[in-house]
Amino acid sequence: MFRAILTAAAFLAASTVQAKTEITWWHAMGGQLGETVNEIAKRFNESQSEYQLTPVNKGGYEDTMTSGIAAFRANQQPHIIQIFDAGAATIINAKGAVLPVEDLLSQYGVGFDKSNYIAGVRNFYADNSGKMVGMPFNSSTPVLYYNKEAFQKAGLTLPPATWEDFESRVAPALERAGYVALSQSHSPWIFSENFHSRHNLPLATQNNGFGGLDAEILYNNDAMKTHYSKLVEWQDKGFYKYYGRAWGDNQTPFVQGEVAMWLGSSGSFGGLKESAEFDFGTTYLPYWQAITNEPTGTFIGGAALFAMSGHDDAEYEGVAAFFEFLTNPEIQFYWHRETGYVPITNAAYDLAKTSGYYKENPDAEVGIQQLNLPVGEHSKGYQLGFYVQIREVMYENYDKLFSGSQNVETTFANIEAGGNDLLRKFEQTYR
Amino acid sequence: MKRVHFGHSPIPYVFVLPQMLIIGVFFLWPSFEAFRLSFFLEDPWGLSNQFVWFDNYWDVISDENYRAVFFSTVIFSAVVALLSIILALLFAVKVDGLLRLSSTYRPFLTWSYAIAPAVAGLIARFLYSPQIGPLYDFLNQFSTDTWFEPRLDAMDAWLVLASGSIWKQISVNFVFLVAGLQAIPRNVLEASLLDNPNGFRRFWSITLPLLAPTLFFLLVINISYAVFETFGVIDTVYPFGPPSGAQTLVYKVYVDGFKGADLGGSSAQSVILMVIVLLLTVVQFRYIEKRVHYT
Repeated sequence: MFRAILTAAAFLAASTVQAKTEITWWHAMGGQLGETVNEIAKRFNESQSEYQLTPVNKGGYEDTMTSGIAAFRANQQPHIIQIFDAGAATIINAKGAVLPVEDLLSQYGVGFDKSNYIAGVRNFYADNSGKMVGMPFNSSTPVLYYNKEAFQKAGLTLPPATWEDFESRVAPALERAGYVALSQSHSPWIFSENFHSRHNLPLATQNNGFGGLDAEILYNNDAMKTHYSKLVEWQDKGFYKYYGRAWGDNQTPFVQGEVAMWLGSSGSFGGLKESAEFDFGTTYLPYWQAITNEPTGTFIGGAALFAMSGHDDAEYEGVAAFFEFLTNPEIQFYWHRETGYVPITNAAYDLAKTSGYYKENPDAEVGIQQLNLPVGEHSKGYQLGFYVQIREVMYENYDKLFSGSQNVETTFANIEAGGNDLLRKFEQTYR
Repeated sequence: MKRVHFGHSPIPYVFVLPQMLIIGVFFLWPSFEAFRLSFFLEDPWGLSNQFVWFDNYWDVISDENYRAVFFSTVIFSAVVALLSIILALLFAVKVDGLLRLSSTYRPFLTWSYAIAPAVAGLIARFLYSPQIGPLYDFLNQFSTDTWFEPRLDAMDAWLVLASGSIWKQISVNFVFLVAGLQAIPRNVLEASLLDNPNGFRRFWSITLPLLAPTLFFLLVINISYAVFETFGVIDTVYPFGPPSGAQTLVYKVYVDGFKGADLGGSSAQSVILMVIVLLLTVVQFRYIEKRVHYT
């Protein structure tokens, strides 16, 4: 017995000496996405012997951020945390919560070159000096999916490129063929944030919030009001239907063939391929010709990885090694193929092109092509505090608008007032 | 007068200690934290904070949306609490009046007691689902356009949430009310039967007053259920949030604090909520309990 204990103790001691450095990664990727995350972690662990990376799913985006906040306050934070677009300002402005990825890679890794990344992801997770704080991870962008069978029935071939085209040609034909022409899954993301990016309009002062915490919301503008007046008009004509704020409630009618076009995420591609029983095509987010003749790109949605502060050098070396592993073209291409999220480096995009992947799946390229459209002054992203709650204010008001209990003027006056209240509070909190 | 001293044994304190620890860790300490945070603007990571007096409270009270949520919570809670009790009372009285099969009905009516609010929410979500929900189809079959649309319309959403919450709560109330009815002395009931053959009249003047202690207890627990625990139902029926106008105060605390990371604001809201429930309980005990006659 005594000998057994001794042996065990000796074994334990030996294994601590040789133990790999443990790296924990909290993420918000459930289901199939979570499987892919686990596979990437497995490949990283097999690729080297110094570090052991453990991915942990913490629920959805908000849950993951909340868990990270609670853990940080208790000094139990993971090494890597995935934070989504709307929460970016919360972590980037917290001085001392994270080690910026640019510093991390130049201090512990092979260095950092911004130009390796595709245009659309370069700026979103940067601080006001332009330094990359978060490592873009799962990035998607809004695109238009259209049901080819429905288009055929309505005697159409081409999807609409502009909203004018939608209104005069596409929607009436689809309506006559018995379809609701359009549904859309995320009014703040698609019809507000990216609406501004696509038309190169500012959505907030101070360079969309990158320039300072005193930014103010600019959603209460004529372009937005015209767009939403049109949506309400289209709703009455049966061209557009708002199925509430939940993502899936707006996607399902498209999958079931009740709605002919759906605005969703480029990352929805894989799921649609499985669930839709009809042939569908993908194209860019339409724009208003009345607003611009030179539409700009959209910006990314999704999330980034942040290296949390309070760990030692050996652990940061592991985090840097993993980030480098994650950006290598093969892994990026694998992630892109499995999930539909866009590859974030130019090298990975080139690899996907040369592999012939887009020849077989031209739709899979639409998202990244749209992100690579000319970048306008106002299409680099946004960084606004308490933005999760600002989106909540937007949802509240869009619900009221589309259920007919509020007009367009009031809707945007409320969004402006509510948004600015939250921004002032954020400014005061992070001063 | 000689005062009688009993030897103080430490044993009772030992027995009460676990309960005290639980109250301390899960109630007193978090309440104190919420109270403290409600006077600060603190970034979520805890890296900086500043004392702002009553600013957070002022922000909450002056918010029009908060006031709207407040009133809808009052109405929702009253409806859920009262209907849960009234329906359970109806079932309990009917089952109690049965000569046979009463023991067959009872388990069926108490079954849903074992269901968590979140599961009740899931069931409601399926029943009213636009894709597969029988109740959604039923409610919409009377008109050509979609008359019932719980994804958009606040009133329809309240109907979904209230029916889910009430259904889950009826069984709890039923158990207490059946026990309460059985505790009423048979001879009193038999005597009343001789005095008045009208069933409703006997129920109103004999059974109901004798049931008052149980009803009072149920009123207290049902109000706190309707205010706090219905959160589980709301969050499972609407994982992305209910449509505008169908939030309760607790749900708003969660959205602002847990999703929005606004600690000061949501702490102020939870302190306000705590004070309201405290006042409500005091009112219940001072004014309503006075009219309750304990045998």
